[in-house]
Amino acid sequence: MSDPPRVARAGPILRRMSRPLLVGCAAGFSGDRTDAARPVVDTLLARGGPACLVFETLAERTLALAQLAREANPQAGYEPLLDEMLAPVLADCLARGIRIVGNFGAANPRGAARRVLALAGELGARRPRVAVVEGDDLSAPGHRALLLQALREAGTPLDPDGDDAAAQAVGAGAAGGDIASANAYLGAEGIAQALRAGADVVVTGRVADPSLTVGPALAHFGWAADDWDRLARATMAGHLLECGAQVSGGYYADPGFKDVPDLAHVGFPIAEIDADGGCVVFKADGTGGCVDEHTVKEQLLYELHDPAAYLTPDVVADISTAAVEQVGPDRVRLAGVRGHPRPARLKALVFRRTGWLAEGEISYAGPGAEARARLAAQVLRERWGEGGPLRLDLLGVCSVFGDDAGRALAASPVGDARDVRLRAATRQPTRAAAERLAREVTALYTCGPAGGGGVRTALRERLGSLACLVPRERVPTRVEIVS
Amino acid sequence: MSLDEPGTVPLRWAAHGRTGDKGNRSNISVIAWHPALYPLLLEQVTEDAVARLFAARRPARVARHALPTLHALNFVLDEVLDGGVNDALNLDSHGKTLSFHLMTLPLQVPAALRRCLKIPALPAEAPSG
Repeated sequence: MSDPPRVARAGPILRRMSRPLLVGCAAGFSGDRTDAARPVVDTLLARGGPACLVFETLAERTLALAQLAREANPQAGYEPLLDEMLAPVLADCLARGIRIVGNFGAANPRGAARRVLALAGELGARRPRVAVVEGDDLSAPGHRALLLQALREAGTPLDPDGDDAAAQAVGAGAAGGDIASANAYLGAEGIAQALRAGADVVVTGRVADPSLTVGPALAHFGWAADDWDRLARATMAGHLLECGAQVSGGYYADPGFKDVPDLAHVGFPIAEIDADGGCVVFKADGTGGCVDEHTVKEQLLYELHDPAAYLTPDVVADISTAAVEQVGPDRVRLAGVRGHPRPARLKALVFRRTGWLAEGEISYAGPGAEARARLAAQVLRERWGEGGPLRLDLLGVCSVFGDDAGRALAASPVGDARDVRLRAATRQPTRAAAERLAREVTALYTCGPAGGGGVRTALRERLGSLACLVPRERVPTRVEIVS
Repeated sequence: MSLDEPGTVPLRWAAHGRTGDKGNRSNISVIAWHPALYPLLLEQVTEDAVARLFAARRPARVARHALPTLHALNFVLDEVLDGGVNDALNLDSHGKTLSFHLMTLPLQVPAALRRCLKIPALPAEAPSG
């Protein structure tokens, strides 16, 4: 399936090119385990050879929250756990030449880069070359026209006055809501450029998750930018790594069906990428978890839609003929991935403030618990009237499988569950309207059915997202070494 | 088809899966435990069967992608997340739990293929027939 090897056009010398690249993953989301990186780095050091450590910390919503954090404090807006994630491994990585690539810059890559420099100093490590990759942030007023155009084309036109189709699409109705964040998904080129310039640490904002892995591979092997098959293979290696332990036994265990050894110490994954982009995935030495054909297949298909066209900024990857093969204990090879030319436009995600979410819960237990919880739900519904959307769940009877309209709950047979928690949720354009739900649930203490307890209420601002496509040339990537 | 019919087992005995999401769209993989079970999945875990199972969610569209070299199916369910992670009032606004709903789908398994199933030692789901 692989093309004949090409001669590198520039950059790495052939001897280095032929050596596989190890890419370890130390985080799969913001808030991932901060003790994950150490065993990965120890394993990379034990194997020797060229290696890179990636941190993926930006879910869709994380960046919008980071942008709001930066608004509140201009020094903030990057991964809050940056210190905890990097401190255990930064000095060793710098001393032993393991490059670090992370999208932990979030809404403030320069802030994160400065923090990495300071942290290295505090750890007594050598001063690193830290690069930032920027250009993804489209929230400034200068990009507004571009976004409006892109959202119109996406079928969700954004009228700045708020009463518009986009607002409807995110459920805000006439409340509208202003833009909290807007970011394009950049690709691997900026990361590769930073690494070629000698960066020890590369800090990005929004890049496509697999690009965190493709960037180092591109820099290491010196592939051409249109070497679609190799780019696609490295992209799928990156896809396997991007959720951390999800490929190595995390998010997999199902006792009696899928048993995972030592899940409490599940190891994070490492991909050994060859000069053709093919990879073998394994996990950090001395850790729990497992890597087998089934864990790899689950992650391979995770968040994929058409398997023949996985769209990224770097390439359109095609896994419709992919195969996985166990090649050793906790080692699985991925093969058969093909690539097609990259999309002409980049995906961008726009988040808007769309009002408020209120939640309230109360528990009923013991004999008649379900009947009392159902009665409480009925009371809430009756009092709520035409107050806007009201979702009711009975935890322990029907909740997460249900729907906002309550069809599944209505269809669930009335039983005799003995430990039931009623949950109510609403979205409202204003804080005041949302707060009413908290009061109604709390009032179930004295005005509702017997024996209700453990009321908790929560209120938070909602962020609605809209996806659109922006022309690549309008979103240039900028790379800079920060000093 | 129901689980009471002879030779019928929950899909969970024949396959495993994981849910992912993007916006208001959910994808659920169905991965055969054994290559020999894959034709059964192709035949019985259809777009219609999945749409029926998720009817309460009112999917706008259910698409199935077959992956014969992985012995797997990938389902894409449009507009089943009540607006998606940033909009739904569901506790699980990502819909991450949904793969285990799909795993309840009844599957008719010929006797010759029963050896390929993952039959749990759990009394709650004793095989019928």
